[in-house]
Amino acid sequence: MIALGLEGSANKLGVGLIRHTPGKPAEILSNIRHTFVSPPGEGFLPKDTAKHHRSWVVTLVKRSLKESAVKVKDIDCICYTKGPGMGAPLQSVAIAARTLGLLWGKPLVGVNHCVGHIEMGREITGANNPVVLYVSGGNTQVIAYAEQRYRIFGEALDIAVGNCLDRFARTLNISNDPAPGYNIEQMAKKGKNLVELPYAVKGMDCSFSGILAVVDMMAAQLLSGKPKPLLTPEGEPVTREDLCFSLQETVFAMLVEITERAMAHVGSEQVLIVGGVGCNERLQEMMGLMARDRGGSVYATDERFCIDNGIMIAHAGLLAYKTGFVTPLEESTCTQRFRTDEVLVKWRD
Amino acid sequence: MSSTEIDPPTPKLLIKQGAEALVYSTTYLLPHIPALLKHRPSKRYRHPTLDARLTKHRCLSESRLLIRARSLGIPVPAVYFVDESRGEIFMEWISGSSVREVLDETLAREGGEAVVDRMIVKVGTAVGALHAADIVHGDLTTSNIMVRDSEGEEAVGFGEREVVLIDFGLGAVSTQDEDKAVDLYVLERAFTSTHPKAGKLFQDVLKSYERSYKGAKVVLRRLQDVRMRGRKRSMIG
Repeated sequence: MIALGLEGSANKLGVGLIRHTPGKPAEILSNIRHTFVSPPGEGFLPKDTAKHHRSWVVTLVKRSLKESAVKVKDIDCICYTKGPGMGAPLQSVAIAARTLGLLWGKPLVGVNHCVGHIEMGREITGANNPVVLYVSGGNTQVIAYAEQRYRIFGEALDIAVGNCLDRFARTLNISNDPAPGYNIEQMAKKGKNLVELPYAVKGMDCSFSGILAVVDMMAAQLLSGKPKPLLTPEGEPVTREDLCFSLQETVFAMLVEITERAMAHVGSEQVLIVGGVGCNERLQEMMGLMARDRGGSVYATDERFCIDNGIMIAHAGLLAYKTGFVTPLEESTCTQRFRTDEVLVKWRD
Repeated sequence: MSSTEIDPPTPKLLIKQGAEALVYSTTYLLPHIPALLKHRPSKRYRHPTLDARLTKHRCLSESRLLIRARSLGIPVPAVYFVDESRGEIFMEWISGSSVREVLDETLAREGGEAVVDRMIVKVGTAVGALHAADIVHGDLTTSNIMVRDSEGEEAVGFGEREVVLIDFGLGAVSTQDEDKAVDLYVLERAFTSTHPKAGKLFQDVLKSYERSYKGAKVVLRRLQDVRMRGRKRSMIG
């Protein structure tokens, strides 16, 4: 069976084609993406992002069909991101999905974005029943599977960790190309002084907005040198790289801590990291150290699957489609609010 | 005359491994004084500076809460010794069973509720006293409330024994109704998930909570809200 997946909940438009053959691993026929990159110091606005998706979706679908040599008649269903995400970009992709569905006479499958990340991560890494850390620009959740649901054990109480990093990149006027978080990661590699930032973990939940406020103030002091230059306790000047380093060390320590608590809680030794922030090698390294100390292991994927993509929507959509799930045209809406634990996971035991 | 012999140190016996801390049974000062050692080991994944700061802060914060509660007569373990740089707290050894174990055991029997009714009252009183002191527990489950074994020769019923609140690792000082209501919500869920009969018992916990804490009314009203929304947050983006 073959599914086409369309993803556009944030600034990436992704198109993917996947084939499921019984008894074999899923086969990725095509997985392409086009990213809307905003200028340094600016985030991506819903209006502009939706326009980007509208202008690229036809090109990407055509290219995907061409490079995979899949014929339209062989496609079984069209999967699209129902939510969560930004309203306008979600709508533009839902319209594209509906149009293709009507044009080709194919059933639609609305997919929860987070479930897409989790299922693709499991498929690629082979992690069987891991605790999942889902970290991206919009979401921060610690998830474990129980009784047909992906249950949320811990989450960010305010902004997502990726949002915290992206906004700090804006403060420092760092380029958004290829991604603000990637550029922060490169700068953090050159930082060596750890400045003291708040640490906000509450049980299995955490909070990032206070940390962002403090590191933003430090950046303002560093850039202006007012009221006095920003120095370490040893009297060394603090650099932009040091701030990136300190921010990463602090927020990632929080993420690893809540993940460890969830692992202890459910008694799991596997941890899977998904979502855009999951590409970060320092986060993967820290998670690996924690998992090894518990006698377990960490599973992570690279940017093709961590960062939003169409193939994960195709994959999770096809899993649901095989259990008989379809989204009728009248219900093929999208929503900004769609919790991970709302989805009935019929395809797992 | 005086002996210079020193008793060999009591071996530490690991009894629980949580995400954050290792809990050992050991002795303190003299080999016949049993003690509990809570050790927060350093985490390799954390930057050493951050690690030292968090370990120290958490050790001190937990010890301060225990000492504050104890000085107000709230039943919690006594703190013997704190080494915050090593992440160690020595405290009183509570020999007994958790409320969870007691409920599991008694509620399985016919008419088991009657055996534990006075224990339930004591649970409510202890939590009420804790909240009256503006201390929130942060992880108030039935596993974190102990019932002491009966001392002396005769075994007494659960109602005569002391109830002790343990594990203040996630505790804090707070005057907010919300935090207190979340404590009660967590406790309620712990009760209802233990046994179907335990839901009714929780009503009795709340009654004695109300008697022992003047601000209970506002907190109970807040508990209604917390029940409605759970820990759920609407998910945007």
